[in-house]
Amino acid sequence: MKRITFLKASLMTAALALTGVNSPTTLAANTVLKIGFVGVTSGPAASWGISNQRSMEAGAAIINDNGGVKIGSTTYDIEIVSFDDQKDPKRAIAGMEKMAQENIHYVVGPNVDDGAAAVRPVAEQNGIIYFPYAFPKSLYQKPASNAVLGMVANYQSGPAIYKFLKDNRGVNTVAFIAANESDPLTQRESGVAAAEALGLKVISKTVTYQVDTTDFAPVIIPIVKLQPDLLVLSGVAPANAPQIIRSARELGFQGLISTETGQDAQVLQEGAGSLANGFISVGGASTPTIRTKNMEAFIARYTEMFGEYNDESNTKVYALEYIVETLKANPAAINNVDEFKKTMDTFSAPNQYLKGDQVLRYVGMSSFGQRRQLSIPLVVNVYNEGKFETLFIAEVD
Amino acid sequence: MSSENIVMEQVLVNGLYLGMQYALIALGLTLVFALMNVLNFAHGQLYVVGGFITYIIYGKLGLPFFVAIVASGVTLGLVGAVIEKFLFRPVIRKSVREESTMLLAAAIAFFLDAIILLLFGEKQRGVPKILDGVMNLDFVVIMPYDRILIAALAGSSIVAFILFMQYSKPGRAMRALAQDRIAAQLMGVNVDRYSMVGFALGAMLAGVAGGLLVSIVGVNSGIGGPVSIKAFMMVMIGGAGVISGAIAGGFILGMLESIGLTVLVAYGDLTYLVIFVSLMIFLSIRPQGLMGKPWG
Repeated sequence: MKRITFLKASLMTAALALTGVNSPTTLAANTVLKIGFVGVTSGPAASWGISNQRSMEAGAAIINDNGGVKIGSTTYDIEIVSFDDQKDPKRAIAGMEKMAQENIHYVVGPNVDDGAAAVRPVAEQNGIIYFPYAFPKSLYQKPASNAVLGMVANYQSGPAIYKFLKDNRGVNTVAFIAANESDPLTQRESGVAAAEALGLKVISKTVTYQVDTTDFAPVIIPIVKLQPDLLVLSGVAPANAPQIIRSARELGFQGLISTETGQDAQVLQEGAGSLANGFISVGGASTPTIRTKNMEAFIARYTEMFGEYNDESNTKVYALEYIVETLKANPAAINNVDEFKKTMDTFSAPNQYLKGDQVLRYVGMSSFGQRRQLSIPLVVNVYNEGKFETLFIAEVD
Repeated sequence: MSSENIVMEQVLVNGLYLGMQYALIALGLTLVFALMNVLNFAHGQLYVVGGFITYIIYGKLGLPFFVAIVASGVTLGLVGAVIEKFLFRPVIRKSVREESTMLLAAAIAFFLDAIILLLFGEKQRGVPKILDGVMNLDFVVIMPYDRILIAALAGSSIVAFILFMQYSKPGRAMRALAQDRIAAQLMGVNVDRYSMVGFALGAMLAGVAGGLLVSIVGVNSGIGGPVSIKAFMMVMIGGAGVISGAIAGGFILGMLESIGLTVLVAYGDLTYLVIFVSLMIFLSIRPQGLMGKPWG
């Protein structure tokens, strides 16, 4: 009997020790701070939400491995609570209600426009600040005040890219193509307006495609015949980008191709190979020349946890960092989003992922009239032989 | 030659190419429905598994594309046989309600979606081109060689399937089963065996289609549902459970897409709207589809 008890105790000790090796923070007995994620992690757009969720989980693991984060006088371990909204606004509402039931005040997501709009009443009634990856301005303009745009919007990055290409590459004519869904179509409209405002000639803006298209040749032929200087893939999902690029190039398209969404170099390499060379997209702390050792450590941790890094996370690494750093700046905000909102106006912290003197701060005065956007560096990349190279870096104000 | 002619010739070639791949996708779905009266909502997920097997074998391990296609087909055939024997057969035996098999098929689709996401991740996957170069007939018709090869392979698979169904003993048995299950049983056809063979064949066709198309459009873990929906559309157009109907449905949908994307481009996002409206009107007039029988 004693022997059995001893064996049991030994096994339990060994198990605890092993658990500790993998995740030391589980033994740290810190208070747990729950941060939510509501977004799409299944279906054709899963890539968007999964890179969000995994970025948060990798960021939390790094914090917890280092003994937690001290906010005020308390040290917290971070726990990420996730909910797959399946890109369905009804599910997004259910997800945000779940976050409210768990007394979570800070939620990253949803990933798309209709989901972000749908959760607004739930977030406002329950004292939740949420960080959508959706672009409608009404979410961030008064009287709305609980949504904080988690990335650079296409109506901010588009004009910067088009202007760069107009000034440096002689672009005069533009064509737009978008998936037949609300987000890409909205982004196409604002892209067209931005291009026209810059004096570019928009020669095609009606071509659309279904997200399950298995042959892009018939879709792209009308544009290839027009041979614009620039083809903009509005709001293109990483799953569709290589297929469209490949079809366009195979059919003889000679001009530049760009998008305002984040992409993954490996996906482009596998799907389009060298045909994707020269493709311009938006990244975050993406290329080796501009990222810090902390960003390298984040990539290593992400890869260790999930087997493979996703370049879309170069922009999505920031949301959790902003939440934690803002709470550190004002510990009273941990259960009070009004305190969080006050802090947003003056908050500033070093950007630990990007070389140089860029800082984390809340922006959006120009676009929304209030600081309801994370200042993510606008890094514009060009794809070349399996990797991204930085074309230029800009900032949103 | 006028620009309109140039467009229409290209449109026809694109429509034929699309039709070829769509017909291959729809064949397996209609075969399973014909034999077992099962709406296999997991057909698109089987297509995705086939695509990922080719991705691993050809794209990652570097083995010949042909080997990868065979592996996709054989593996999916085995998966189909297992699904039929251990899941559908007991449910069909115990339940007289048709919705039981529909629920089972939906459950298998959700299960496969989750497993595929777990095993292969969320990223879009692609493989190296199987053929370089583009056929350009004086800018009248432009078609990359790899698409021509894939269309030829898809067409060959369809022809091989038709010949198998027409002239082989299992093919004849399955056709008898599709025509009248009771009569076939009374004539000595082993219903269990040929139901399993039929389901395996249907899954194999989905796997081959997925393997072929991964070389053109790649594959991702979330595309199974949309592929199933498109396959159901083709089957509805042609007539559920009719092999020739599925082929016709595939070509009709491919041609409608190709024409719509060219003719309607100036009017915005209308192609699929027009296709769906046409389908609704068509089904209200002829609910059994082009070649389906009105009595079931």
